[in-house]
Amino acid sequence: MPPSLFLEQMLNGLQFGLMLFLLAAGLTLVFGIMDMINLAHGSLYMIGAYLTATLVGLTGVFWLAVVLAVLGTALIGMLLEVSILRQLYRRDHLSQVLATFALILILNEGVRLIWGSQPLLLSAPEGLSGPVEILPGLFYSAFRLTIIAVGLAVAVLLLLLVNHTRAGMWLRAGASNREMAQAMGVPIKPLFTLLFGVGAALCAVAGAFLGPILAVQVGMGESILILAFVVIVIGGIGSIKGALVGALLVGIVDTAGRAFLPLLLGQVASPEVASNLGPALASILIYLLMAVVLFFKPQGLFPART
Amino acid sequence: MKKVLWLLVFLGLVGFSLAQPRSVKVGFVSTLSGGGAALGIDARDGFNLAVRLLNNQLGGLPVEVLIADDQQNPDVARQAVDRMLKRDRVDFLTGIIFSNILLAVGEAIFEEKVFYISLNAGPSEYAGERCSPYFFNAAWQNDNLHEAMGQYVQTRRFENVFLLAPNYPAGRDALTGFKRFYRGRVVAEVYHRLNQLDFSAEIAQIRAARPRAVYAFEPGAMGVNFIKQYAEAGLMREIPLFLPGFSADADVIRAVGRALVGVYNSSQWALELNNPVNQRFVEEFRKAYGRTPTLYASQGYDTALMLDAAIRAVGGDLSKKDELRKAFLAGFNSTRGPLKFNPNGYPIQNYYLRQVIQAPNGEIVNRLVGTIFTNHSDAYVSQCKLR
Amino acid sequence: MLRKGWLLLLLGLLLAFPPVASATGLEFYMGLLTKIMIFALAASSLNLILGYGGMVSFGHAAYFGVGAYTVAILTREGLTSAWVIWPVALALCALLAFLIGAISLRTRGVYFIMITLAFAQMIYFVVVSFKQYGGEDGLRARRPEFGLFELNDTTLYYLTLGVLAACLYGLYRLVGSRFGRVLQAIRENESRTAALGYPVYYFQLLAFVLAGTLAGLAGVLMAHYTQYASPNLLAWQQSGHLMMMVILGGVGQFWGGVLGAVVLSLVEEVLQDLTIHWQLGVGVILLLVVLFAPKGLAGLWRRRKGL
Repeated sequence: MPPSLFLEQMLNGLQFGLMLFLLAAGLTLVFGIMDMINLAHGSLYMIGAYLTATLVGLTGVFWLAVVLAVLGTALIGMLLEVSILRQLYRRDHLSQVLATFALILILNEGVRLIWGSQPLLLSAPEGLSGPVEILPGLFYSAFRLTIIAVGLAVAVLLLLLVNHTRAGMWLRAGASNREMAQAMGVPIKPLFTLLFGVGAALCAVAGAFLGPILAVQVGMGESILILAFVVIVIGGIGSIKGALVGALLVGIVDTAGRAFLPLLLGQVASPEVASNLGPALASILIYLLMAVVLFFKPQGLFPART
Repeated sequence: MKKVLWLLVFLGLVGFSLAQPRSVKVGFVSTLSGGGAALGIDARDGFNLAVRLLNNQLGGLPVEVLIADDQQNPDVARQAVDRMLKRDRVDFLTGIIFSNILLAVGEAIFEEKVFYISLNAGPSEYAGERCSPYFFNAAWQNDNLHEAMGQYVQTRRFENVFLLAPNYPAGRDALTGFKRFYRGRVVAEVYHRLNQLDFSAEIAQIRAARPRAVYAFEPGAMGVNFIKQYAEAGLMREIPLFLPGFSADADVIRAVGRALVGVYNSSQWALELNNPVNQRFVEEFRKAYGRTPTLYASQGYDTALMLDAAIRAVGGDLSKKDELRKAFLAGFNSTRGPLKFNPNGYPIQNYYLRQVIQAPNGEIVNRLVGTIFTNHSDAYVSQCKLR
Repeated sequence: MLRKGWLLLLLGLLLAFPPVASATGLEFYMGLLTKIMIFALAASSLNLILGYGGMVSFGHAAYFGVGAYTVAILTREGLTSAWVIWPVALALCALLAFLIGAISLRTRGVYFIMITLAFAQMIYFVVVSFKQYGGEDGLRARRPEFGLFELNDTTLYYLTLGVLAACLYGLYRLVGSRFGRVLQAIRENESRTAALGYPVYYFQLLAFVLAGTLAGLAGVLMAHYTQYASPNLLAWQQSGHLMMMVILGGVGQFWGGVLGAVVLSLVEEVLQDLTIHWQLGVGVILLLVVLFAPKGLAGLWRRRKGL
């Protein structure tokens, strides 16, 4: 295998993993701290993408549209928390699952009512739509490089925020023991609303940057939500570091599986078998990864709760 | 006296039932939401346009069109078809875009002895041994457009080619069709997950394999994404991409834009086909919907014309199933000119070469370049026992 | 609990429905009822582990789908006798549930949810990778021969009714038995039950296998009903759908699964006819149920009767 191919696939995995991290970070904090299963998290990703696509159409400037969409989605997320989700914190997990599943249906249809059922078009900004030569002979999409840069920047920012600020300290305290944190005077209610807003904003960033690569359509949130859950379970619920490691693992394993498994299989089995089995095995790989991790570490790689 | 009275009442009832304006009910089950929605919506708009231009009649009978969305989900389609067959008792069914959806509902329709006129999906399953007298396809057999492109890439004498398709039966059929006419070397035949939207892994493989040409069958939203990402990776200039007509039609051009310029593709229909039916269709479609029609729209339009011709031929008597079948087989005047059918219900027609170009006025259009096959049938017709 | 008299009346009405339906041209609704009864069986099987056992399985569709696919694959391979197909399908689902349960029951809480999901996803991708069995297109499932009667829409209706009634009776006896009480004790307090000397793991595993087998039975009936095995039967959305039915109906309430299946299917059916934005209606109804009927519809029923 040529090294440039290997490098390119690793970049692809990194890019996918970082976007997964943006989704998983909000999910793992809400889950870890509020003990709340929020299936509607993926819907915020969808709303972020739709807002970006609309605002790009209105303003014509991609970056301005992203900023506005992120703020808008954060606002919608906080509204959801105050109006509905807040009432679910004291309920059992199953009620939360049913209620947030209902929210998925409502938000999906809401989006369909506003924007129609055809996918929206969202293109990468003009200057980034071509390839760049990152190493002699190795071309890579400029927009995907931008995604990697944005993803890394947000990840670093988030880790600093959680590990080195007062709000972050409260968050970590809340994740490891909620009652204790509350007793120590952590302002739980506004903190939860703010946290939800941050989670929604991260979703919107992912939606805005994946929109041009994937598609802005109703239902885009559900399939990626399952992957985000896989990520936080592998990483350990409530741990930002775990979410980052889990996301990069899933991103790289999934990309490598799709790219290299059929090749590897081709060397040991007939091409017919390889082309049949390859895609199936590649799809299974991340679930296998999760099952293996849980088998050896039933609390995930970095358990937040002690 | 009393008897006469009863007789009069009876005759009156018979007369009433005969005088009742008979009507025809058509069930239209299609993909109207999600990634494949653009296809279903175009086909529906084409079908509705034809019905409207025929004064809301088919073959002289007033028509009622029942529309349902299958959400590209076989189970949802199954329910919708059940409802239309058993509750609404439709006379004809049509509309399905994707082969896997059609395969999930086909047998149930044929068992009820209801004609299904396919306006898009043309699975090989219904072309060969399992062909049904109640199945017709107004578009093509799934392999056809790929066969045409295989033939074209062969005549251009590309030494080798890289093949890409989603890992589902229609994807495998597509590449089989391509290879049936392409005799050069296949560098790699890559199948990926259905409805995958990120092609970075496949594009890296293409770049590493350095083929002379790429042929990709990516229906619906997958096509838009693949082409966009192929262009973003800078491969469009290095390795020519060949596509079936689905991936280069007006809907994809609207989504992808300039990236498609130069791409050759195959189709059974083209915007500028020179016949009166097509000219009227294109003009009226633009007037009604304000956009350029796609091949899906032409197929929807043709399906309505096909029903119209057959119902007219049997004088509006829908109970004469054998005669209806004969009327369907005899063909009709389509946007592709006079269209005839094989006993397996699939059309015999020409396949054209088109190229996406930027017109002098800046508009990006898919231009008719030449003819690849004349009066071409499908590869399975000999296995069908129907006559 | 529903009174015996009401149950017999309901059973009588269901038994009398097919002749009435075919006389009045309402065969469509006979099919709808068949489907609802199949979902009632699947949801009740999930309720056994989710409601009574406290095991939130997010992979229940795996057994449902494997049951259906077994019918499709065996009939395709030329087997026609239901007396072979049914036992094979049930044995396969039981074995699958045993393997998945044996590993998954080592985890707890949300990790259990995710590991059952992971196994179901693996099964999904394995099944769709078999090109000769239809892949993503699914596979036609012929109706097998029972010998005693011919399987058509009407006999399938009665068969489903009979199977559902028998399974519900069995489940009713089971949850009231010592086994059922221990299962509920484990749900309430696992360590205390273990301290009392009960082999918690084996009780849970047995319930898991039983629930998987019953879901497989529902899948077999589903394949007879649609005459088609679709990959969607195996998908995680299907697991979610079954879970919604149980939560909507009432977790750990005996009639929860049945009630949830009936209400959700009917709501979907009615709203689908009214508007293409029917999912909005379903969403609003589900949300209202969570907010105002914390124990599901069955709980609402009990509260009104003051029980």
